[in-house]
Amino acid sequence: MITDRLFHILADSFWKILLPGIKVTIPLTALSFALALVIAVIVALVQVAGVRGLKQLARFYIWAVRGTPLLVQLYVIFFGLPGIGIVLDPFPSAVLVFAVNEGAYAAETMRAALESVPRGQVEAGYCVGMSWLQIMRRIVLPQAFRMAFPPLSNSLIAMVKDTSLAANITVTEMFMTTQRIVARTYEPLALYCEVGLIYLLFSTVLTWLQRWGERRLAVHGFR
Amino acid sequence: MDFVEGEIMLEVQDVRKSFDGREGQGPFPREVLRGVSLSVRRGEVAAIIGPSGAGKTTLLRCVNFLERASSGRLTFGGQSFDLTRISKRDIAAIRLRTGFVFQDYNLFRNRTALGNVTEGLIAARGIPKEEAEEMGRRMLDKVGLSNKYDAWPSQLSGGQQQRVAIARALASKPEIIYFDEPTSALDPELTGEVLSVMRKLAEEGHTMLIVTHELAFARTVASQAVFMEDGAVVEAGPAEDVFSHPSRERTREFLNLTK
Repeated sequence: MITDRLFHILADSFWKILLPGIKVTIPLTALSFALALVIAVIVALVQVAGVRGLKQLARFYIWAVRGTPLLVQLYVIFFGLPGIGIVLDPFPSAVLVFAVNEGAYAAETMRAALESVPRGQVEAGYCVGMSWLQIMRRIVLPQAFRMAFPPLSNSLIAMVKDTSLAANITVTEMFMTTQRIVARTYEPLALYCEVGLIYLLFSTVLTWLQRWGERRLAVHGFR
Repeated sequence: MDFVEGEIMLEVQDVRKSFDGREGQGPFPREVLRGVSLSVRRGEVAAIIGPSGAGKTTLLRCVNFLERASSGRLTFGGQSFDLTRISKRDIAAIRLRTGFVFQDYNLFRNRTALGNVTEGLIAARGIPKEEAEEMGRRMLDKVGLSNKYDAWPSQLSGGQQQRVAIARALASKPEIIYFDEPTSALDPELTGEVLSVMRKLAEEGHTMLIVTHELAFARTVASQAVFMEDGAVVEAGPAEDVFSHPSRERTREFLNLTK
């Protein structure tokens, strides 16, 4: 039963939770994901190019990052590194961990997308005199990005929700803000449901953006 | 076409190629080219014919470095190279002077017909966009696609795609154009439109090295015919001689078989 008091708490906390959502969760996600994409493209290209040594390094990175929990990675960077004199603020720590973590997954998405572009186009590129880097940048990557768009959208949506883990390293994002309000008002069920709905709202907007993006890619012509 | 007397454009000597299994195709190890030599003069059209698996395509790919030959020499426009030791720089320099047409077209899927033709001009040669597009339109006109400048590869028939690919190979004014079974993926009607473009290029005096199963075309358009089987050249000479009175029993058999 929603009492008057509860209604007020929910209405009042909605903005209190949404504000760090806009000021922390969104920048944290955007920054981490952008960095993850840069890492992913480089790590995927290194593997496709088959540069000895670098390729092994790329496989090791993916193996190590995918094989350990995100929460453990956050703890190692934020609580662990100060032990050897490296102290990072909560927000940069979170960006670093999320970017490196997502980079490993997105690298595999990108590698699959790169490998799905027929090899013949690379050969055709060589035959008109282009260098490997030019072929990748102008021919292969644009096609790979289009292929990778749906799975990468998936990852982005997953990351929005994963940023709630940053509460563990004292980043005052939406979830931590909610915890604080719960501690004050003692309405855990209503408030945790409320923050869940706000995450759902964010994900919904991203789902729309994904659909819009896919449509735009489709009208842009090539298949 | 008459046998052409003139300066040698391209010469390959004793090219060998083995696949060791890492490429992941067929039984291994396997020697696909067993010492192939041939030469093409400037202005000449040379046709390489022969049964499937003879190594014709592999030879063409080795000549443009899409495969690394296991041994052999290449003389291109007077300069001689060891195929196993040729530098990336020399490879790039030679590729800028050649054109290559693939069996399955290999058009850039994210470029329009015109974009496919201008891509190499802009990216590899640094020709300004406007100028490249002017050249590209001329090339597409030449292959009969003046109404398809802005079409995406997925909107074109196989024959049209192959003609775009020919325009792309032609755009940089190559000194020699390699054709790797350019009509093998096409039905007879589409084959006709591609062959007529190639015939036109031959008449204009382009130097061409063509791997083909179109024997009638090879016979009428080529000045030199090279018959390959089992990784080696069985017979080579003026096309008229090879087709009318082949000196080797095996050539005769193949030509009768495919008549």
